[in-house]
Amino acid sequence: MAYVQSAVPSRSIFPLDLRNVCYSKAGQSLITDITVTLQARGRTIVMGPNGAGKSLLMRLCHGLIRPSAGQVNWSSEQRHAQAMVFQTPVLLRRSAIKNVEFALRATGARARDRRELAEAALQQAGIAHLAHRQARVLSGGEKQKLALARAWSIRPQILFLDEPTAHLDPSAVYAIEQMIKSIDEQGTKIVMSTHDLSQAQRLADEVLFLHQGKLVEHAAALVFFEQPHTPAAQAFVNGELYWE
Amino acid sequence: MNDLSAAFTSAVALITNLDAELLAIIGLSLRVSLSAVALAALIGLPLGAAVALSSFPGRGVVVALLNALMGLPPVVVGLLIYLLLSRAGPLGEFGILFTPAAMVIAQTILVAPIIAALTRQVVFDLHAEYDEQLRSLQIGWWHALATLLWEGRYSLLTALLAGFGRASAEVGAVMIVGGNINHVTRVMTTTIALETSKGNLSLALGLGFVLIALIVAVNAAALALQKFAQRAHG
Ligand SMILES: Nc1ncnc2c1ncn2[C@@H]1O[C@H](COP(=O)(O)OP(=O)(O)OP(=O)(O)O)[C@@H](O)[C@H]1O
Ligand SMILES: [Mg+2]
Repeated sequence: MAYVQSAVPSRSIFPLDLRNVCYSKAGQSLITDITVTLQARGRTIVMGPNGAGKSLLMRLCHGLIRPSAGQVNWSSEQRHAQAMVFQTPVLLRRSAIKNVEFALRATGARARDRRELAEAALQQAGIAHLAHRQARVLSGGEKQKLALARAWSIRPQILFLDEPTAHLDPSAVYAIEQMIKSIDEQGTKIVMSTHDLSQAQRLADEVLFLHQGKLVEHAAALVFFEQPHTPAAQAFVNGELYWE
Repeated sequence: MNDLSAAFTSAVALITNLDAELLAIIGLSLRVSLSAVALAALIGLPLGAAVALSSFPGRGVVVALLNALMGLPPVVVGLLIYLLLSRAGPLGEFGILFTPAAMVIAQTILVAPIIAALTRQVVFDLHAEYDEQLRSLQIGWWHALATLLWEGRYSLLTALLAGFGRASAEVGAVMIVGGNINHVTRVMTTTIALETSKGNLSLALGLGFVLIALIVAVNAAALALQKFAQRAHG
């Protein structure tokens, strides 16, 4: 097969360098002066309250929106090296497996490999039995799993996950977390946003904490959860409201 | 009143006996309008989708123009096509004035803006939802266009049905460019107009029933399609 399923993606696009990245819209500064470097290894969890800029930051990194100022630099440009699962999954009006095949086709995977690769991806997401169901009628959790399977099927070097477990029941959350761990073990860099502290503790190697569009803390997970430096992060970790 | 009920009875008889002339007229109507819708779809679907996915200066004007063209008066379109196709006109050499081909051209021009405008709206709305996902997968412009057309297939079929409804019900354009020649270019609407003016109500009424049934069927099909799409895709 052209694609070896368990192939560890190369890491040629790393590191990802953000230099003084700003994003503003209608005169409002939504992301302010973020400078950070993401390495190929380690699961990066983006945290912060609603509206902090988590989704914007991931879309800036993924190249869906352009910074108003500053730069987003990958070590090398490469097609289909990145994938993203959106906060609200966008699925095509076709069967689950066809949704995965659609992504594979975009990467140029050969027609005869696509079905097999798609089946494998659904299998890993635990939704192989839903392969021929229409994607749009799946339940919320099933949609999330399908979106994750689709993104993973192309074996990206980096996978952005924007709150992939919001609104899911505990067993679905567990299943998705297991899949995320397995994807990480197979060599894909995970960058994921979440509000869920315990989930962040289960998954994070490092934490980016955003507050009002600023990166106020970037630390190893242990450090972040044990002794957050900024009052905003302290309040967040302690589950308190924080007003500036 | 007697006249009317007699006309009614013989109209029903024409239909139930599958009268040859009636069938020929219905057949030509369907051929002309379906051909026009097919051609208009070939123009309108890609055009509408392309306008939805492009940004260029003057795009707003194009959108407004498309919407305005939806309401083109059929007689005016008929007149313009007549001028183009008449012997002295720029396309006169083809000699297709007063043929079904001319009628197909006129109806295509009537229907294409409807399909293009509805397609633009459908694809524009879908694009708002799908844009980032498609860009994330690095789908190219043409592939995105084809994908969104396919995603909108049920709404777009409804647009085609709307176009067919307009084509089969219009009389002005086909009357002018077809000339309403017996056995050559007479379609349901022009026959109804002519026979009514001649006082031959039974054929006019018979065709009227068929035309109404056709329009009702088209609308029922559009409704059924929406129901189906709703059930299949949520
Ligand atoms: N296109 C836009 N135009 C104007 N404001 C925007 C736009 N996109 C995002 N914002 C604003 O930017 C801020 C950050 O948005 P973002 O979606 O990144 O937040 P988030 O951290 O992901 O929040 P949540 O946890 O609710 O998903 C919000 O206040 C939002 O209203
Ligand atoms: Mg968000």
